[in-house]
Amino acid sequence: MSSYEYRHYPYVRPAELDGPGPRRPVVIVGAGIAGPTLALLLSTRGVPALVLDDDDTVSLGSRSICQAKHSLETWDRFGIAARMVEKGITWEQGEVYLRDSAIYRFNLQAEPGHKFPAFVNLQQYYVEEYLYERCRAEPLIEMRHRNKVVGLAPHDDGVTLTVETPDGAYTLETEWLVACDGVRSPVRHMLDLPFPGEIFHDQFLIADIRLAGDMPKERRFWFYPPFHPTNSVLLHRQADDILRVDFQLGRDADPEEEKKPENIDRRLRLMFGPEARWEHEWSSVYTFTCRMMERFVHGRTIFAGDAAHVVSPFGARGGNAAVADADNLAWKLARVVKGESPPGLLDSYCEERQAASRENIRQSTRSTDFITPKFEASRVFRDATLSLARDFPFARALINSGRLSVPTTQAGSPLDTPDADSDWTGGPAPGRAMIDAPLGNNGWLVERIGPDFTLLSFGDVGEGSAGVAVLKVDCSGLPAARYDARPGTTYLIRPDRYVAARWRRYDLDAAQAALARATGR
Amino acid sequence: MEGQLRRTLNLAKPDDIYNALVDAHKGLSDEECRAFDARLMLLLVNHIGDEAVILEALREAAL
Ligand SMILES: Cc1cc2nc3c(=O)[nH]c(=O)nc-3n(C[C@H](O)[C@H](O)[C@H](O)COP(=O)(O)OP(=O)(O)OC[C@H]3O[C@@H](n4cnc5c(N)ncnc54)[C@H](O)[C@@H]3O)c2cc1C
Repeated sequence: MSSYEYRHYPYVRPAELDGPGPRRPVVIVGAGIAGPTLALLLSTRGVPALVLDDDDTVSLGSRSICQAKHSLETWDRFGIAARMVEKGITWEQGEVYLRDSAIYRFNLQAEPGHKFPAFVNLQQYYVEEYLYERCRAEPLIEMRHRNKVVGLAPHDDGVTLTVETPDGAYTLETEWLVACDGVRSPVRHMLDLPFPGEIFHDQFLIADIRLAGDMPKERRFWFYPPFHPTNSVLLHRQADDILRVDFQLGRDADPEEEKKPENIDRRLRLMFGPEARWEHEWSSVYTFTCRMMERFVHGRTIFAGDAAHVVSPFGARGGNAAVADADNLAWKLARVVKGESPPGLLDSYCEERQAASRENIRQSTRSTDFITPKFEASRVFRDATLSLARDFPFARALINSGRLSVPTTQAGSPLDTPDADSDWTGGPAPGRAMIDAPLGNNGWLVERIGPDFTLLSFGDVGEGSAGVAVLKVDCSGLPAARYDARPGTTYLIRPDRYVAARWRRYDLDAAQAALARATGR
Repeated sequence: MEGQLRRTLNLAKPDDIYNALVDAHKGLSDEECRAFDARLMLLLVNHIGDEAVILEALREAAL
């Protein structure tokens, strides 16, 4: 059915089957999006990781297709983002339709001067393929396919794992275990940890089809279209001339009936007309939940990605949050493993990513409530908004067909040093993600942030660097404008490209204090 | 808790406006009334703009 050719990655008999192996600093369970991204980020800081996955291939089905700018910037560190952009579909515009007419257009990246676009649509199997390839080329990373974690015993200073392979089971000792094992997280179950949240009952049909022709490179969302008059439809284009059509089916649909190819074809014919021809790639009927673990760090076991939190698909927040988790965790875990920071630094991973996760859940729940109103008055307001939208610009802004993933603000994180100077009128405040800008012949700002902290200085640099990399930028043009910079303005940027502190005038003592605070020392 | 929401008369011709409000619903079904009220509310809420006032009105309207 799928035009994607699934590679099977080799299973290699693990040495531990024949006797105990070395204790590992970090073992990652799960090679989805979060796991390999985390392993690669750890490797940039010299920390080895063993990745265990229960099967031997990439994501079955396209699943996460909207790869956000911030994720691309992360993947760019290992040189795979350019490939994703080249293979995928770049899009920045969205269009919303009511019945048969367009009522609202939005542009997610209104200004030029960024290395990466707001979104690239690329099927999850390609993303994982590129990640796997890069992991396999990295000497510090060992990927073990068909290695399924079936048991674990936590200790004060590590975790003992039982891993099943085609050749039998073995045990493994690790100082840190990171569970990136997806929404059903066997690790979470083995530790008997709750996963509280909200269940949504509306059903959706995803139909990925290959349909050659000139399809627009934008996101389209319909409320009550003529071809599906009772509900909504979402359309996205993916690589290889594949379209994702997402039909809202309502609560009472029969999933078995809806999954039948002839019924999917009937819906598609109404949408694309009797002349159109397509092939099926992948389809699925789903409902969704929003859930979050009460804590992401349990002793020496850490949860990331869908294992720790899930959201509804509106807004493309699942896969992109998994990348942001990996980005937030990697530098902290690396510091702890190397003894550069106390383990308490990891509490900030939980704090910051829980705040992000709450924000993601809040946003995606609001979108869900707009798209699938849960009670009568909610539907009445939704429809009133839609009917005003054509004539009243304010109403267009209220239409919530999914607020698309942008980096969350970590305001109030204990790692941030609040602004001391009161004359900021712009630029990313502490707790916000840094903003890209072009550096003329020197490429892009985001490319110049290394795996450790960076001092970004505009114009004259002060004395002393507090032991971190200094990136000196001319105090002019877009970089200065985007950072509200004057000569002397300095930002302390974290390895995950968040701002930790900033000053109008660089001061070594202040920089050292901010750095100590940001690294939990 | 009394805040910014105006509690005294702010209309020059209160009877006219009150009757216009009621008359606008004449002949509408319950469903049409609800849709009409929702549109009216959205228009007014956006016009008022002052979020503290809107939130206070929401609390007061709940009685
Ligand atoms: C239909 C659909 C559409 C989506 N669309 C989007 C989108 O457009 N944008 C977006 O951002 N997100 C989207 N998502 C969400 C996205 O797919 C997930 O959020 C993302 O895959 C999470 O990554 P992860 O690494 O946490 O988990 P996963 O990708 O689920 O990876 C978990 C891995 O753990 C492995 N594993 C599980 N148990 C074990 C075990 N016991 N031992 C060893 N390995 C194990 C699994 O084999 C798997 O490889 C979508 C999801 C679905 C289902």
